Amino acid sequence: MVRDITLGQFMPGKSFIHRLDARSKIVLLLAYIIFIFVCQNYISLLLIALSSLFIILSTKISFKLYLKSMKVILFVVVFTGILNLFYGSGQVLFEWGFLKITEGGINNAIFITIRIATLVMISSVLTFTTSPTDLTDALERLMKPLSYLHIKTHEIAMMMTIAMRFIPTLLEETDKIMNAQKARGADMESGNIFQRIKALIPILIPLFVSSFRRANDLAMAMECRCYNGGNGRTRMRVLHYTKLDLFALIFSVVIFAGVILCNIYFPATVK
Amino acid sequence: MNNFIQVNDVYFQYDTDEENSKFALNGISMNISKGEFVAIVGHNGSGKSTLAKHFNSIYLPTTGNVIVDGMNTKDDEHIFDIRKKVGLVLQNPDNQIVAGIVEEDVAFGCENLGIPPAEIRQRVDNSLKAVDMYDYRRHSPDKLSGGQKQRVAIAGIIAMEPECIVLDEPTAMLDPQGREEVISTITKLNKEYGITIILITHYMEEAVMADRVIMMDSGKVLTEGTPREVFSQVELLKKHRLDVPQATELIYKLKGCGFEVPDCVLNEEECVQALLKIMKTNSVGE
Amino acid sequence: MSVIKTENLKFVYGAETSFEKVALSDVNIEIEHGEFVGIIGHTGSGKSTLVQLLNGLLKPTEGKIYLDGKDIWENPKKIRNVRFKVGMVFQYPEYQLFEETVYKDISFGPKNMGLSDEEIDERVHTSAEFVGLKEELLQKSPFELSGGEKRRAAIAGVIAMDPDVLILDEPTAGLDPLGRDVLLSQIQEYHNIRKNTILLVSHSMEDIARIADRILVMNHGHKVMLDTTENVFSKGSELEKMGLRVPQITKIMMLLRQNGINVDSTVLTVEQGFNEIVKYLGSN
Repeated sequence: MVRDITLGQFMPGKSFIHRLDARSKIVLLLAYIIFIFVCQNYISLLLIALSSLFIILSTKISFKLYLKSMKVILFVVVFTGILNLFYGSGQVLFEWGFLKITEGGINNAIFITIRIATLVMISSVLTFTTSPTDLTDALERLMKPLSYLHIKTHEIAMMMTIAMRFIPTLLEETDKIMNAQKARGADMESGNIFQRIKALIPILIPLFVSSFRRANDLAMAMECRCYNGGNGRTRMRVLHYTKLDLFALIFSVVIFAGVILCNIYFPATVK
Repeated sequence: MNNFIQVNDVYFQYDTDEENSKFALNGISMNISKGEFVAIVGHNGSGKSTLAKHFNSIYLPTTGNVIVDGMNTKDDEHIFDIRKKVGLVLQNPDNQIVAGIVEEDVAFGCENLGIPPAEIRQRVDNSLKAVDMYDYRRHSPDKLSGGQKQRVAIAGIIAMEPECIVLDEPTAMLDPQGREEVISTITKLNKEYGITIILITHYMEEAVMADRVIMMDSGKVLTEGTPREVFSQVELLKKHRLDVPQATELIYKLKGCGFEVPDCVLNEEECVQALLKIMKTNSVGE
Repeated sequence: MSVIKTENLKFVYGAETSFEKVALSDVNIEIEHGEFVGIIGHTGSGKSTLVQLLNGLLKPTEGKIYLDGKDIWENPKKIRNVRFKVGMVFQYPEYQLFEETVYKDISFGPKNMGLSDEEIDERVHTSAEFVGLKEELLQKSPFELSGGEKRRAAIAGVIAMDPDVLILDEPTAGLDPLGRDVLLSQIQEYHNIRKNTILLVSHSMEDIARIADRILVMNHGHKVMLDTTENVFSKGSELEKMGLRVPQITKIMMLLRQNGINVDSTVLTVEQGFNEIVKYLGSN
């Protein structure tokens, strides 16, 4: 069911990762993603994968949940893995028609799979350990320089907060509407692509109508609570850097330096 | 401060461009004093929800005035002062929660008012305790029951330290348990914190809790008085599509047959007492 | 033969995940043709899960459901036919309206059944009449209707499938007292004319008392009682332990009895209570 999706769900906790400043988490995550792609051989990849595993375990959130977040994009992982099997050079191990599996292809497939898996899991660390408000707050602050270019950073952040808040509500609503239409005999499981798209209309229209109704209510509720844009707003939770952030920074820099050194001293596995 | 909120001869049209558009409010006037618990009852379409949105200048009267603590709701300058004084809780609890974490949502109003972080923290904790939701402060609102969500919405309003809270059918979408939670919360806010309460509802069991009941129909005040005064008019209530508690109706019927019962009972205990009185005297007379 | 029968019905949400939750277990019920059954239980008692199982929207984790003696999951491909026979009106059904006109929306179900245009037309009109929807509203957009009219249109959309069993999940939620009374009378009248089986889920004991022949009481995913309305409401203290009430008038009569007044406490309406009290006063 649509409700089972765990990707991007906040799990409150008190681990040191939870207590890092959201801004550090965002910046370091971006750096991690870059370095995952900088890796050129198994040793550097292993270094980054193991350090990610260390980070994941130190969040004290059940590893199962990380695996579950993988489930959603498992298809993408498997698909790119398989695709990469047939790309690459080197000794041909298996041939079937125009499809060739080479040694290089296998290497590529394994490498890419580990890369994507690490990428997804380390990204989940951010969303699992950071409250939506902290996340958008941090983004708002990080985007601050853009506001000098007249980009409405506060409004963007507010939109994100609301979107994150309402995603579960709308998923639940979709479920309800689907059931109601199924009870009237709506057939969503068979037919060709056009029939299936047509079958979505009875779900999408009520969903739009109800989203507008909710938006209307929410706007009124926000007005009632004196919302007047970003000017003069304070925050209950003020983001501030602590020693933990410094520690996280040093840890990451060491890992990144390790990755670069491994890249230099060991031969590249993939091109 | 006897007239905390004054509604003076207010007419309201949703669509002012159309000439023949119906008036949702039809010359309504009332006064609300500080610390009062007022219930406004009426069937769907009687104008009670439209009126609710006039108390904190979400809607502005087409003609007439609403004065809150000396400030006219039409006056742009005072709009935030008025909303700070008069909070509004809406019917659907899902649609008025802005943030994904309970305490962060409760902080939203205070943040808009520019209150220093340490004080917001204090206020948020206090308001969550007042509605008995402190243990859920780090939860996501999606996982809460309807009654709990509605109490979070109320906490978000009280964190702004208003003098009055208007609740627009806050229990209409809740199950009996949620309804009870919300009603006992607002009674507590009125009695212990002295907050003025204006409760819009069509549940008569809830209106009974109020100091004063105002009954609306077609955008006008039909009758008002203490719950006892209003509920004794069973025929009028029925005529205007309102519910009468079964206890009240039973006693009313007996009264109509000439039995010696009080004019009006509001709950089952009062009803049983009244019945025992006539039944026991009858048995004695045997 | 009973119209609905369940055998050791069990349902688990999120089976085999960390969020596993048993919503229903060991439910055995039997409902006869033409019965009007009220279903009560507080939120989370499993009543919504049960009704969704009965019309095949959920598949039981264990156990069987028989409709007219046939296992509804015997052929999973034909489950749609079960949904046509067991009509389901969800809470706030007006949120399912989507067509350009009320007429088209009501005909959505019959169309999915593959009926002819004439038959669909007839069904749209009869079902609109059952719920008291005026003829001229049929050509309007459903989104222009008032709240109460939308509710009726949505209910008509399910009635139009002419189900043998009609399940209504809190059909009166959010309506004002008059709207509620009128809708309940219409449901009752529909039941009297059509003579089909109706299951009504409601939080209002007064409504259930007024309308149901039998009551199914659910608690913590179990069936606690399935008995006549009088018998169920005579067990006031048991109901209260489950966080449920009895109608106010029943409660008053029970309190009188506790105070040594010998009145019949199985009354369900104000009318009955009034008569009982007058009778008592007259005899003494």
